[in-house]
Amino acid sequence: MKRKARGGWFATILFTVISIFYVAPLFIVLINSFKKKAFINLEPFQLPSEKTWVGLENFVNAMEKYNFLESVLWTVVMTVGSVVVILICTSMFAWYITRVKSRATKLLYLLCVFSMVVPFQMVMFTLSLVTDRLRLGTPWGLIIIYLGFGAGLAVFMFCGFVKSIPIEIEEAAMIDGCSPLRTFFSVVLPIMKPTYISVGILETMWIWNDFLLPYLTLDLNKFSTIPITIQRMQGSYGRVDMGAIMASLVMAIIPIVVFYLSCQKYIIKGVAAGAVKG
Amino acid sequence: MEKSIKRYFPVFLGPTFLAFLIGFIVPFLMGIYLSFCDFRTVTDAKFIGLGNFVRAFQDGDFAHAFWFTALFTVTTLVLINVIAFAVALVLTREIRGTNLFRTVFFMPNLIGGIVLGYVWQLIFNGILSRYDLALKISARYGFWGLVVLICWQQIGYMMIIYIAGLQSIPGDLNEAAEIDGANGWQRLWNVTIPNMMPSITICTFLTLTNGFKLFDQNLSLTAGEPMKQTEMLALNIFNTFYGRVGYQGVGQAKAVVFFVLVVSLGLIQLKMTRSKEVQQ
Repeated sequence: MKRKARGGWFATILFTVISIFYVAPLFIVLINSFKKKAFINLEPFQLPSEKTWVGLENFVNAMEKYNFLESVLWTVVMTVGSVVVILICTSMFAWYITRVKSRATKLLYLLCVFSMVVPFQMVMFTLSLVTDRLRLGTPWGLIIIYLGFGAGLAVFMFCGFVKSIPIEIEEAAMIDGCSPLRTFFSVVLPIMKPTYISVGILETMWIWNDFLLPYLTLDLNKFSTIPITIQRMQGSYGRVDMGAIMASLVMAIIPIVVFYLSCQKYIIKGVAAGAVKG
Repeated sequence: MEKSIKRYFPVFLGPTFLAFLIGFIVPFLMGIYLSFCDFRTVTDAKFIGLGNFVRAFQDGDFAHAFWFTALFTVTTLVLINVIAFAVALVLTREIRGTNLFRTVFFMPNLIGGIVLGYVWQLIFNGILSRYDLALKISARYGFWGLVVLICWQQIGYMMIIYIAGLQSIPGDLNEAAEIDGANGWQRLWNVTIPNMMPSITICTFLTLTNGFKLFDQNLSLTAGEPMKQTEMLALNIFNTFYGRVGYQGVGQAKAVVFFVLVVSLGLIQLKMTRSKEVQQ
């Protein structure tokens, strides 16, 4: 039953206005990133004028003084590395514990579900001790930590999907002589493609934006991520360079918006799929 | 088939299990144990029983953080869910531009809490400075600032879940109710909302736990100022650990209390809304 809503044009106009207000904060940050730093707090809502315009100086400052590009690089390494490792390892894990029924696999499943509800504050102090002791305080080392901490949601979602795959397909492959590994990679993995995309998106969103875990575990003298760099710019006592902050915010937001607009369909599907966990 | 898979358990389970052990199980168990100890580093941990918990509950800042967080969570839970539901109702109708509006409303969700905090700090201070005020001079501004920020961030997310829920309601249910003479409100209360209970369960669960666990936005928007008055539970725990020497044990005890609180609130909420779900 499709029905034209009464007052449809009214809703359209109303939502257009709301949408403009919705994106306004991001737009205001964008215009401020081109202003001289002294003017940002004075007149944040005005477009840059001839007097306040500085061009790309703030961006250059953010990159040179705060090594912003380096933190972008480490964030990419950490996010991409973790997500790839999470996808491969947890999907294998989930397939195994769904197909092999025993008390141990049941317990593993429950542990994963349990880990999803534990707030990070519960383990943050001891986790930083563990990573320190094991010398995992690098973007590469954190991949292991993210695999451990992100396993809960991923295993849960993969298990949900594996249950819906008819076991006969796998049995047929194994009767034809496939080893379990071959069965997994050439039969199960292709069927699970949509779940890989959903899990990949949810984990990417989380790791890319995560602040506290890398802040507590990374060796901050050597490495930084985007959220950590931005937090340090503001948090350092003394003069706060508003210009560099605005430029960094813009540089932090743009990749996300581009990523969002280019795979919006998958992102929204992934979110809707991830929400079933309730 | 099970038997032949079983032999491959080191390959399938090994990596994830090892990482899970390092990244979750060991820190979790250590955390529980250390909450009963006096320690600076782990090697000097001394078992002291419930002393840390007593000190945690005597801490006035912790109690204040609890009430602030509770009030904040209730406010955002109601606002986000009501608005997101209403928006979802409108955007599932045939009006021009729904896809564009969905895109816009969902976008803030992808941006991290630290970044959002500084974006909104600029906006709020820009508005307040016209009246010679600032965000960090009053807990009231901080509270409402956080509420606006979180609503702005999460409405889009909940809207997506509600839209998915609305689209899964069979159209003939509403049609039948309409033929029976139910008006718009009656259809909303007696057909749509009962059928939407699974989505409502998920969204209230998410907003409840997100509210209690909020950290990044709190740190970047107000950092607890003025005088720790806008400090929420997660930030209070963080500051106890890293702001005061010799309080690590108290911090860990607070973390355990926080963990129990979040899990039990989540479970109670699930029980309450689950019982209202109907079978289609």
